[in-house]
Amino acid sequence: MNKNGIIKRSLLAAFPYTLPILAGFLFLGITYGLYMNVSGFGFVYPMVTSMLVFAGSAEFLLVNMLLGAFDPIQTFLMILMINARHLFYGISLLEKYSGTGLKKFYLIFGMCDESFSVNCSVDIPENTDKGWFMFFVTILNQSYWVLGATLGGIFGSFINFNTEGLDFAMTAMFVVIFLEQLLKEKNHLSSVLGIVLPVVSLLIFGPDKFIIPAMIMIFAALILLKKPLLKGGAAI
Amino acid sequence: MTTTQQIITIGMAVLATVLTRFLPFIIFPSGKEMPKVIQYLGKVLPAAVFGFLVVFCLKNVEILSGSHGIPELIAVAVVTVLHLWKRQMLLSILGGTVVYMFLVQLIF
Repeated sequence: MNKNGIIKRSLLAAFPYTLPILAGFLFLGITYGLYMNVSGFGFVYPMVTSMLVFAGSAEFLLVNMLLGAFDPIQTFLMILMINARHLFYGISLLEKYSGTGLKKFYLIFGMCDESFSVNCSVDIPENTDKGWFMFFVTILNQSYWVLGATLGGIFGSFINFNTEGLDFAMTAMFVVIFLEQLLKEKNHLSSVLGIVLPVVSLLIFGPDKFIIPAMIMIFAALILLKKPLLKGGAAI
Repeated sequence: MTTTQQIITIGMAVLATVLTRFLPFIIFPSGKEMPKVIQYLGKVLPAAVFGFLVVFCLKNVEILSGSHGIPELIAVAVVTVLHLWKRQMLLSILGGTVVYMFLVQLIF
């Protein structure tokens, strides 16, 4: 089988998995671009930050930081904390991303919640290449975001179609991926912990500060509960 | 803020984000034997993270005020039922999103 054929098939196989993300990212990206726009920044700002940072909540926060007093250390620490969940994804993807050659750099650079979920949960279709499939999932997702952010920055204020609630597409996608995991696994303990512990953390610390405590709780629980977690076959 | 200060601020955000993404791969390069505990976490962590992401998406839902999270609850239920019934990812997502948009735009 020739190489171009495999690359093309990988792209065609990857595209349908990114459709819900297309809806969510275009909408959120336009919102972000518009937010930058009304905050007084030209479209170059949302375009460049969506290319280089490419982490939704961090970018929204960055707008506030750009409007506030110059404090690079605080910016660094805040963004580090918000994006700490990427550490989770990295550990889960160490094996999956190995052996993907130079594409690995982009796979890591472009790893977001959505690309992580798709790449981590999907069984790579036959006649495609694992590395290219994951590469296309990642780059398609990022292009939707960059496109949305740029369009929002340029045209944001002209949109008058009522898009309220469209971003639920992404929540729905995570619900589906979670359901698929439940249907696939024999041992549900890790999945249950993944809902219960973040909810507990959310109730204690509130929506702005719950991420790091939730991560610590999950790590601690997974290590303490190793025996029951491995019972009845591994979680995956 | 001057343009230079803006560039530094954006640069810091880029640096912090890139760090969170690359750190695990730098600490545990492929080809090197991974510690047992990391291998174990790589196996059991994804399931918990999928759950975490659902909570993460719904983190700003106000149970005690506004619409009390009812549109979210209904839409998540629609996604779940559709998915258990047909098991077509895009259909479940589309159905849930349409119901959610209808609820937040016209009812709540």
